[in-house]
Amino acid sequence: MIIAVPAENQSLDSAICQSFGRAPFFCIYDTESESSRFIDNSAKEASGGAGIEAAQLLVDQNVDALITYRIGENAARVLKAAQTTLLKAVNLSIADNVANFLEGKLPSLDEIHSGYHHG
Amino acid sequence: MAEDITIAVLSGKGGTGKTMVSVNLAAVAGNATYIDCDVEEPNGHLFLKPAMLSQEIITIGKPEVDNRLCDGCKICSDACAFKALAVVKKKLLIFPEICHSCGLCYTLCPQGALTEVQQSLGVLYTGHHEDLRVLAAEMNIGEPSGVPLIKALMSHMSGGLTIIDGPPGSGCLVHETIEHADFCLLVAEPTRFGEQNLALVHRLVTLMGKPAAVLLNKTTGDPNPSEAYAKANGLPIIASLPWDDELARVTSRGALITEEHGAYRQYFSTLLATILKEAHRA
Repeated sequence: MIIAVPAENQSLDSAICQSFGRAPFFCIYDTESESSRFIDNSAKEASGGAGIEAAQLLVDQNVDALITYRIGENAARVLKAAQTTLLKAVNLSIADNVANFLEGKLPSLDEIHSGYHHG
Repeated sequence: MAEDITIAVLSGKGGTGKTMVSVNLAAVAGNATYIDCDVEEPNGHLFLKPAMLSQEIITIGKPEVDNRLCDGCKICSDACAFKALAVVKKKLLIFPEICHSCGLCYTLCPQGALTEVQQSLGVLYTGHHEDLRVLAAEMNIGEPSGVPLIKALMSHMSGGLTIIDGPPGSGCLVHETIEHADFCLLVAEPTRFGEQNLALVHRLVTLMGKPAAVLLNKTTGDPNPSEAYAKANGLPIIASLPWDDELARVTSRGALITEEHGAYRQYFSTLLATILKEAHRA
């Protein structure tokens, strides 16, 4: 199973980024090999549509689950179409969130916000 | 007025008196055109009470996919500059409210799976107030961008003197409005907040190479941050309009001060003449 987490820094000790679409990096964690890698988020400075682009990026990485604090409705639509499981992050490091996930302790993310768009 | 000249009245923020200044300038201009570009909440008609001539629904093109033809190749979604398209499990997802209607996706689709469908964006009104032509547009509730409505308004410009009542702020709508202006009149309040927003819109008009001057509205005897900004940043002060309870009362009941008070008719006639002189010099 492949898990994605929006990351402030390229480290498992990093905090989870508060923003999904504009996170600097995504941690891609493979539960089978217990290995992780970090990818740049090409959407982080997009003028609009960042959530959609970031979600497309994760879909293209064949991600099965996303651990995040929050997500906008457009990104959620893309990830739900891909049947990605959305989980609510807790205020701990990426590594601790992954550990919590593996123990089944993370709740599903049900609150979808309407985005922070501007004209 | 034989010569074509377009004056845009702007403010960094709402509530500075932009519409009050625009409609009264337009009223004294006589044979001219007034365009209300505040398409999110047009209100110039409340003052000019134009006799309506026509209404036209303005539409905007958005992509629609034929899933029988789309093979999920991602050429369109990779090319979309606005990220209004995504492809999941070979299926195209379209986000119409993110789409800027550029049309690139239909052009690129190798399968011919995308077609442009026209959707209503708002209504464009034309009318007149005595000799003054009045144009306005109102965007449908919930639409993300009124820029195409401003483009539609501008395509109806008929030459001569045009006074544009700009949208508030300094974003896309204002940018689109300024494109067509020969001169920008910035209306500013005597507050710190007013000064901050004046600075933003002044930066925008400077960036776009448009000559501009500020009208200091609602002035009192107290220090005026907007005046200090203008003096420190080489923005000409074209006029001041002192706070006046009577002007506020007349305006708040939707009347034109220039049609009720000769002194204000004189004030706005002089202001218009000064603006035209400045616009010529620029």
